Amino acid sequence: MLAMHIPDGFVDGPTSLGAALLAIAVIAYSLRMTARTLDEREVPVVGLVAAFVFAVQMLNFPVANGTSGHLLGGVLAAVMVGPYAGALAVTVVLVVQALLFADGGLSALGLNVINMALVGAYLGYGVFLIVRRLLGRSPASVTPAAGVAAFCAPVLASVAFTIEYAIGGNDAVSIGAVAASMIGVHVLIGIGEGVITAVAVGAVMAARPDLVYGARGLLVAEPATAPAVANVA
Amino acid sequence: MARRSVPLAVFVAAGLAVAIALVVFVAPHASSSPDGLEKVAADHGIDRNARASAVADGPLAGYGVSGVGDDAVSTIVAGLVGVTVTFVVVAGGMWLLRRRRLDTRAEPAPG
Repeated sequence: MLAMHIPDGFVDGPTSLGAALLAIAVIAYSLRMTARTLDEREVPVVGLVAAFVFAVQMLNFPVANGTSGHLLGGVLAAVMVGPYAGALAVTVVLVVQALLFADGGLSALGLNVINMALVGAYLGYGVFLIVRRLLGRSPASVTPAAGVAAFCAPVLASVAFTIEYAIGGNDAVSIGAVAASMIGVHVLIGIGEGVITAVAVGAVMAARPDLVYGARGLLVAEPATAPAVANVA
Repeated sequence: MARRSVPLAVFVAAGLAVAIALVVFVAPHASSSPDGLEKVAADHGIDRNARASAVADGPLAGYGVSGVGDDAVSTIVAGLVGVTVTFVVVAGGMWLLRRRRLDTRAEPAPG
């Protein structure tokens, strides 16, 4: 089994619908902010980031006891192209996976968007900014901060799933036990997520640091204070 | 700081080449164990009410091409379709979003 997102039936209809409405709000906000801030040269880069996340999500790696994990990709996308376009990139990956590859239920799409785009890209980017600040505002902080935030993202996503299951779970299962199992295995998956994200961000920081959204304002040779919207007028 | 910048087109092409190489050379060897969510769901009975996706009979369901006997080839072709569709949809969508902004910019600023 490659990848594997929440299928139909794990969480009840009303909760899934509520998640879908929240997901639509997140997508609408992301579209609005992306339209406002996207730079022309970022157009193919966002496409690349989405395609890369799709490819790497197919690479399930073993973690423990006959269990595997795969990249979620929210932090990678957000650090590369910002949380707005990053959330959209991850959302398209999830939609393509649900529609073409039957990975993740159609009714669970909102839940998956919340866990990987809202929690992964937005919350994950927030963690990235905090860690980057703690490490010092320098380009050298970007890659380790991305790695640490990417380690946290699957754990945060597992907490989000546990909350969703607590609200709309179809079975009377101990939520504490679910939380412990989910967080435990996603700490291990987070190690893989952190390593993959740090390697990918590190490679781009070496080749084209100016394309890394999370490095904006830190690079020496760029107009450091230029806002994202100020491009060719 | 000396800047020897890789051209954008070269950067994007190289990135796509890496994604394609991962699909071709690594995806067929990916772990077939259940992932974290799937395992926890099975252990705790969360999956008791799981239903197959409405598109579970689709030609690419489960990251394989129906009718292709060779598992590796099946995975690789499905993955290449996914990488291509994802890139085209996202890059095309971003291009449209940006074009829309340039169109609206010609009008009086909304605020």
